[in-house]
Amino acid sequence: MEFVPTPSQTAGPYLHIGLTRNHSKPCIASPQAKGERVWLKCFVLDGDGAGVNDSLVEIWQADGQGKYNHPDDRQAKTADPECYGFGRMAGGEDGGCEFETIKPGRVPGPGNTLQAPHLNVAVYARGILLHLYTRIYFAGDPANEQDPVLALVPKERRETLMAQPDPARPGGWRFDIRLTGEKETVFFDV
Amino acid sequence: MGQVTNERSIVSYHRHAPASQPTRLYDAYKSTPKRNPHKPLIFLPHTLSETTGPVYGHDPIAETDNDLTRQHHGAPQGERIIVTGRVLDDNGRPVPNTLVEIWQANAAGRYVHQRDQHPAPLDPNFSGAGRTLTDETGAYRFVTIKPGRYPWFNHYNAWRPAHIHFSIFGRAFLSRLITQMYFPGDPLFDYDPVYQSVPDEKARQRMISKFDLETTQPQWALGFRFDIVLRGPEATPFEA
Ligand SMILES: [Fe+2]
Repeated sequence: MEFVPTPSQTAGPYLHIGLTRNHSKPCIASPQAKGERVWLKCFVLDGDGAGVNDSLVEIWQADGQGKYNHPDDRQAKTADPECYGFGRMAGGEDGGCEFETIKPGRVPGPGNTLQAPHLNVAVYARGILLHLYTRIYFAGDPANEQDPVLALVPKERRETLMAQPDPARPGGWRFDIRLTGEKETVFFDV
Repeated sequence: MGQVTNERSIVSYHRHAPASQPTRLYDAYKSTPKRNPHKPLIFLPHTLSETTGPVYGHDPIAETDNDLTRQHHGAPQGERIIVTGRVLDDNGRPVPNTLVEIWQANAAGRYVHQRDQHPAPLDPNFSGAGRTLTDETGAYRFVTIKPGRYPWFNHYNAWRPAHIHFSIFGRAFLSRLITQMYFPGDPLFDYDPVYQSVPDEKARQRMISKFDLETTQPQWALGFRFDIVLRGPEATPFEA
């Protein structure tokens, strides 16, 4: 017997019925979670720069100490129970959604490296047949210089993976996911 | 071999065989060019960020969440069906306690959604959403009605084969899957660019459920089996 993964198909324009109408998750870490509080505004934009109003963004992240709330993370640390680690939201008419979370700690990378704080992102929409993986890093974090994954990305494209601080709002960040076009976001072959 | 003791030891997962998954830029599906990357993806070695994922425990599952025919006062219109199967990884191991979510059109081919303008009737007794957890053997089960086919605007006279949307988490963020389950023998397969976007014919057929007399309940409902395979690890983290 051969076990080959089932093919992916688009979530389509009505994904809200099953995924976000009653089960949206805007809060990734409760206000009691340890770490620097972050309000993250994400926009999913198409090749014309228009907001994708039937998009879905899912986020998976480590807690403030860099520990994933998952049995396969066997680092000798206790996961913060106030950091669920998972969020998902549908894009509004402008393709935007906002998550509340904390800035994750650094998690191990390949070899003896440490990764810079980042969120793992999956993007779905009508027209996306196989969901897209990207990452959100925090612009200006000195750890970005040593991040083993950013090092795999051509220098001129790294900026597409950086959330930018909102000067008008302490703890506010913005991240644009450009599905294609001139400033296309870097997506990963995971 | 010695026991894995290095706290940083990281598991890799199997990668997809290219023709077994849809072609992202598939011109026949008109909305793909503006919504998918044209630059090459960056190959990412697997780290804890990819090989861990949400263990979905914080939302309670209600008793009627896996029975879409009992979520309202009356029974919905349409052909009652039972959809069941197992969620396995590509090593053939069951994926227990994982969240399976579904959504679908009603028997007339209409979704309960403000953007669905298809002039087919809504059904006051059908919302079209369900969820359940797999058991220890990876098995899941839904009771619902067979969804109708519906037109869309992709090309002239475009119609989707009957399908149920499925979302499954699995053990890792990279095992996440959103797909569609089809019904055997649908004449619309040949004309549907969503279905046809998967290059390998054998792979396409993995999205088609099988009629199953054993699941079928006499005088009650037809049964369909749909087994789902997710990406699995190259070696389990706890293997000695
Ligand atoms: Fe659909």
